[in-house]
Amino acid sequence: MKQKIIIALSGNPNAGKTTVFNAITGARQHIANYPGVTVEKKYGTIHHQGYEIEVVDLPGTYSLTAYSMEEIVARDFVINEKPRLVVDIVDASNLDRHLYLAVQFKELGVPLILALNMVDVAESRGIKVDPDKLSEQFGVPVVPMVARTGKGITDLLDKVVEQAPKSPEWVNAPMSYGMDIDSGLDRVSSIIEKSRFFDKKYPARWRALKCLEGDSQIIGLLKKDPDLGKSITDICDDITKHSMNTMEEETEAIIADHRYGYIAGITKKVVKRKIELRLNFSDKADKILTNRILGPIIMGFILYGIYSFTFWASELPLLWFEIFFDALKNLVATFVPSGILQSLIVSGVIDGVGGVLGFVPLIMFMFFAIAIMEDSGYMARVAYMLDRVLRWFGLHGNSVMALVVSGGISGGCAVPGVMATRILRDPKERIATLLVVPFMNCGAKLPVYAMLIGAFFTKDKARMLFILTLISWGFALFAAKLLRATVLRGPTTPFVMELPPYRAPTLRGLLIHTWERTWQYIKKAGTVILAFSVIIWAMMTFPGLSEERIQAFDQNREEVAIAFLNQQTSPRWIQDKGELKVLNQLYHGLSGEENIEPKAQRHEALLEMARAAVWLERKNGETASFEMEEKFLEAGGRFLKYRQQMTNIDNLQQQTALKGTIAGWMGTKLEYITRPLGFEYRTNVALVGGFAAKEVVISTLGTAYSLSDVDEDKTASLSEKLKKDPAWNPLQAFTLIIFTMLYVPCMATVVSIRKESSWKWATFSIFFNLLVAYGVSLVIRQGGVFLGLGG
Amino acid sequence: MKKTIKMREMLNNQKGIIKRVSATGDMGRRIREMGMVPETPIQIQGRAPLKDPVAVKIRDYVLTLRNNEAGSILVEVEENP
Ligand SMILES: Nc1nc2c(ncn2[C@@H]2O[C@H](COP(=O)(O)OP(=O)(O)O)[C@@H](O)[C@H]2O)c(=O)[nH]1
Ligand SMILES: [Mg+2]
Repeated sequence: MKQKIIIALSGNPNAGKTTVFNAITGARQHIANYPGVTVEKKYGTIHHQGYEIEVVDLPGTYSLTAYSMEEIVARDFVINEKPRLVVDIVDASNLDRHLYLAVQFKELGVPLILALNMVDVAESRGIKVDPDKLSEQFGVPVVPMVARTGKGITDLLDKVVEQAPKSPEWVNAPMSYGMDIDSGLDRVSSIIEKSRFFDKKYPARWRALKCLEGDSQIIGLLKKDPDLGKSITDICDDITKHSMNTMEEETEAIIADHRYGYIAGITKKVVKRKIELRLNFSDKADKILTNRILGPIIMGFILYGIYSFTFWASELPLLWFEIFFDALKNLVATFVPSGILQSLIVSGVIDGVGGVLGFVPLIMFMFFAIAIMEDSGYMARVAYMLDRVLRWFGLHGNSVMALVVSGGISGGCAVPGVMATRILRDPKERIATLLVVPFMNCGAKLPVYAMLIGAFFTKDKARMLFILTLISWGFALFAAKLLRATVLRGPTTPFVMELPPYRAPTLRGLLIHTWERTWQYIKKAGTVILAFSVIIWAMMTFPGLSEERIQAFDQNREEVAIAFLNQQTSPRWIQDKGELKVLNQLYHGLSGEENIEPKAQRHEALLEMARAAVWLERKNGETASFEMEEKFLEAGGRFLKYRQQMTNIDNLQQQTALKGTIAGWMGTKLEYITRPLGFEYRTNVALVGGFAAKEVVISTLGTAYSLSDVDEDKTASLSEKLKKDPAWNPLQAFTLIIFTMLYVPCMATVVSIRKESSWKWATFSIFFNLLVAYGVSLVIRQGGVFLGLGG
Repeated sequence: MKKTIKMREMLNNQKGIIKRVSATGDMGRRIREMGMVPETPIQIQGRAPLKDPVAVKIRDYVLTLRNNEAGSILVEVEENP
């Protein structure tokens, strides 16, 4: 029988946890959330030497004292879940600071293995760490490795298996912090041990230590028992006062001092330096990349480069997706008889979900670019360079991550963005960030932009998207400033952040990162958006037109057709309605640049007529490139007029039908409010649907225009359809883009905002965003009309 | 000659040795956890484009903090750098 063990990967941020995790688990990994909070939990299972090993990738932590949410999660996992082993990944090129966490694990008493990572980096900097000596000095097994190349991974697994059969009991190794503090610790821990709240999960002395370090979470837990809380705080205050008097140091300073002293004692024996501290590659690179003048310029170029790259790289795949979905629709149209079922599949499912999935390549390349920024270490520089600016707006350098993940370089998601705000410690800064994060251009808004840009701003797509990104930053920042000056007034909080060394990201790491996020996007399309597409399709289909009204429209068409046939003078090229149908088909074929050969005498005349009609429709004052007989031109003109009449009737019928449906009713009612913005009911329906998920905006527009589409050419893309629609022009498109950018966060975001703050703020965000969106769109639309742009 | 100044007053590329960290609370603890304890050598790496925050080389890595926090750290430097 296989024995199952759980091991946790822990370590400072950028120690290489994820790289080790990926190297161990490969593709067999899963993502879930930790219970109660939305911090990601990654785990995977592998088999090694008869053991089934479940590996958990914990969030990065510098210490086991509660500072950020991530650190609390990592600590709670170790303490509550009691993994069989903790593998602490330490960076050999920066051993002192990385051992600080390891020391605390030892104090806690968890069975520990040190994975001495980045040996290659250390060596290139002339730093040599002796793993055997480290193991001997530190008292735990040490495995040297280069996680990036996979070196040492098997050794690590061997070591895990070797340690597994040993006693799983935690043996805490108390450290000495000098007489004063040690005796204080003894006093506090004896009180804790007597308390009825002592559940043996954390060792009592460790808890006492956290109290002295001022760990608010642990102190909060102890304060559940008021007497206990009181006596402990008294002792802590006492010790602090004493140490301030005798050593002029805070307790936590003395504790940190002792730990670093202990570490220095070890590293002195274990680490050999060949050369003195010199500027390494990263330091030199930073002289340029974070230079006062060059830094911001380069940052601008990099961000702009990302757009260009994304659009350039996704152009072809986007086309393939479009072709694929068109083919799918044609397939369905051929095999499923026209009627409700065909409409459901084509308009509800394929147009809805396809409209969203069609943008997967774009989103994927954007996530890929973000992953490069993160994995290379550049993202931290962006936070560093922008901190001063963000602080002016009442935010924090660390808000950058949240803003970028939500779409700061366009294409992201507000849900992880909202979660990324947990690294912000001040509640007001956090809430301000949470509230403005939905203004960023998330991946779900991209399809809307891409479609409208594709239709109305074809000249320079990348530049247009870049401008939209700047606009969304502008709104987010000024909204933050507004909030911080009114409802969220308060002081700014400190900024302490590591600048990790620049590293060339590994392709594998990038692909896994990209795929994880893209897959979440696809899943959303497959579930939430599919459901909403179908619901909205139904709302836009039912109740349908009554029998009598349909008959009235049919009657109307019949009359127009007969009138057209009767209009002909001799020769009557079109004998009956059957031939009229042939003429229509020929006309379509020719419009679609098909090569059509005449089959019979009669057919030839029809073909000439169709050719004339196509030419008449397309001509822009130029003369025909081929000889065109007068009589055919005349007939072709009449045919066009007939088609126009038919189109009008179809249009009227579709409009009447859509307006009669539930969605049409809602959208029409909303027109009272949205008329000043120039939105008509179909846009309104789409925007209402967009509350579920922004992708629904595009899919609903797709369905709405597909349903009310009068052309028999069912496969024309939405973009083409809008371009042809006289109600649409660049101003209208731009207004809709800005409205979509700013109006309500999607449902998933509202839910995460609530999780991260409260219902009050979640509700506030809905109304706040709606108000901003409406005001801004109104100014754009009315200003645009006033300036005579569009109409 | 040596003198003790606040870290925020240090010039770019200037070296020094931390003498005292007077920040308290969570902030003080975090600064210390990141390795800013007395007798640790540091060197200023540079400053962000708007002169704040400041980047410091310490224990083989680079830490950034705002001038505000850097004001609570006392560093011993050479009198004439
Ligand atoms: N040179 C080198 N780079 C490494 C090594 N292990 C990880 N890295 C890189 O270090 C960076 C941070 O690694 P990551 O696994 O994301 O760290 P995490 O924050 O602990 O999850 C990535 O760019 C890795 O490719 C190593 O042993 N040597
Ligand atoms: Mg990671």
